[in-house]
Amino acid sequence: MGAVIQVQDLKKTYGSVHAVDGVSFEVNQGELFGILGPNGAGKTTTLEIIEGLREADGGTVELLGERPWPRNSRLLPRIGVQLQASAFFERLTAREQIHTFASLYGVPARRGDEMLEQVALTDKVDTRTEKLSGGQMQRLSIACTLVHDPEIVFLDEPTAALDPQARRNLWDLLGTLNDSGRTVILTTHYMDEAEVLCDRVAIMDHGKILDLDTPTALTRGLDAATHISVTADSLDLEVASALAGVEDAAYDGDSLVLSTRRPAPVLAALAERDALDGLQVRGATLEDVFLTLTGREYRA
Amino acid sequence: MTSMATLSLAMWRGFIRDKMALFFIILFPLMFLFLFGGIFSDQGQSRSTLVEVGEVPLLSELPGGAKEAFEDAFDVQKSADLDAAIDEVRSGDVDAAVEQHGDDLVLHFSRADQVKAATVLGTVSSFVDGANVAASGQPPTYTLTPDQVEDDSLESIQYLAPGLLGWAIAMSATFGAALTLVQWRTTKLLRRLRLAPVSTGAIVAARVFVSLAIAAVQMVIFVGIAMAVFDLKLTDAWWMSVPLVAAGTLSFMAIGLLAGSVSKTAEGASGIANLIVLPMAFLSGSFIPLDVAPGWLQTVSTVFPLRYLNEGMLDVMVRGEGPAAAAVPIAVLLAFTLVIGAIATWMFRWEAD
Repeated sequence: MGAVIQVQDLKKTYGSVHAVDGVSFEVNQGELFGILGPNGAGKTTTLEIIEGLREADGGTVELLGERPWPRNSRLLPRIGVQLQASAFFERLTAREQIHTFASLYGVPARRGDEMLEQVALTDKVDTRTEKLSGGQMQRLSIACTLVHDPEIVFLDEPTAALDPQARRNLWDLLGTLNDSGRTVILTTHYMDEAEVLCDRVAIMDHGKILDLDTPTALTRGLDAATHISVTADSLDLEVASALAGVEDAAYDGDSLVLSTRRPAPVLAALAERDALDGLQVRGATLEDVFLTLTGREYRA
Repeated sequence: MTSMATLSLAMWRGFIRDKMALFFIILFPLMFLFLFGGIFSDQGQSRSTLVEVGEVPLLSELPGGAKEAFEDAFDVQKSADLDAAIDEVRSGDVDAAVEQHGDDLVLHFSRADQVKAATVLGTVSSFVDGANVAASGQPPTYTLTPDQVEDDSLESIQYLAPGLLGWAIAMSATFGAALTLVQWRTTKLLRRLRLAPVSTGAIVAARVFVSLAIAAVQMVIFVGIAMAVFDLKLTDAWWMSVPLVAAGTLSFMAIGLLAGSVSKTAEGASGIANLIVLPMAFLSGSFIPLDVAPGWLQTVSTVFPLRYLNEGMLDVMVRGEGPAAAAVPIAVLLAFTLVIGAIATWMFRWEAD
């Protein structure tokens, strides 16, 4: 389970903008690693340097023990890069697309058919790509990326521009990508996506990595308050504020929200008063982590 | 090799499923062929209309061969009303009116159309001269044997078809190269292929192969229809037009590659391609024969590869020149390809930004 991606002090400057400013991290084999940050944080540039599409101004990248820049043809068959949904040949059907990519990687066409099955596109094989929905295109794109069974898969914002339903459908597929020991590295600007999918998350802003850990460790280490909400008429505001452990209480629409760092006694006290109608407990999220790290609201 | 075949197949499928491209590359030039072919088809044998007022024995009693020639040259109408006939000449409805008084033939004509006037005057007087010689009872001292240097069948279609074919090939090769490059860059397919074990050479070779195949299809359809419908007759060395078209396709692809390298969007690329192809087609004699163009225009036209393709095709396809006539045009076209291709390679960008 060694590191398959090693990034050391990576730097890339465009004019006076430090797009990537001293980024270092390692990704282990079989890991699903996420880079989370708002647009313009430097995620895509970092990924492109690791893939070998751009040359770094400083620092080193090793991918499976090799340098990806300049274009390293030994590395290309071992990695799979998913760019965006539209990177297809014009006017070909889903099956023709994946057969084309299979052939370019020297893989039998049968393998392409299997991949279409795996991403649940068997009923769309004869549909031209332009006629597929956004989610279907994205799944075909991922299938084309996986057709040669790469050891490392790069996904740049795989769910951007999809509706919430299609995003959640895609999560099921993305979550299985590293099942067979494959390493996956993805960028996203969705907090919930990083939280659900990634084994480890690097939070990035202004070209720097602010923190890097498992989503649970990131939120747990935060010492952020847990928010407990019940229906507004369950309890008086004064009574709620006076409960042991409650730091703050306020109405939010038709809910009463209690903030606490010791949820157990608060919940017990609420149960005692039979005030658990509409109960919701929300722990700290990556959004709170981002807020703490940067001192400002997350802007996706 | 496999990647080249795979990419060629993908491009070919993309092309034959693109109805818009098929229209512009196959049907559009054919429309021009029918349009120009129809406009110019009667030009070679334009007939004049002549009204015979009353009896004109000289013309109606011409001997066999002369009678036939006369009927070829004139549409003859009969009339008894001299004034009405002269009015018709004046208004341009007919070209001339003729009446005979004894041995005197009077020809009424109009100077409004000078070419027509000269033709009618010359033709009618030649028949009168012929009749005079015959009346003298002497065999003529001098004879004239006309001999056209081109094939007997040299009609406008012979000039039109090669020129229009050249334009069609210039269009498809230029646009094919330019749009593939820009679209693949925009959709990031180009980047996707850069991340796959596919060489740049294979991508370029596939595009060249597909463009050559498209040019071959254009040539077969275009020449086939010109032969079947418009009676185009090819001369002996016509087969040299195949390497000519191939060399032409390469040079137009280089132009397309250049257009695709300097533009960011598909609209921009087709704009630049249009800006080059359309003036080039006019100035290279695709629509109008260059022989009638002023000298400076002929000089300007030497900078366009299409000019050499058109000239070469005319030489071997209809002018009856030998295979060697295509050698210089092919060499010039390949030189164009090298120079423009080198500039395009220098300007080439993988990425849009």
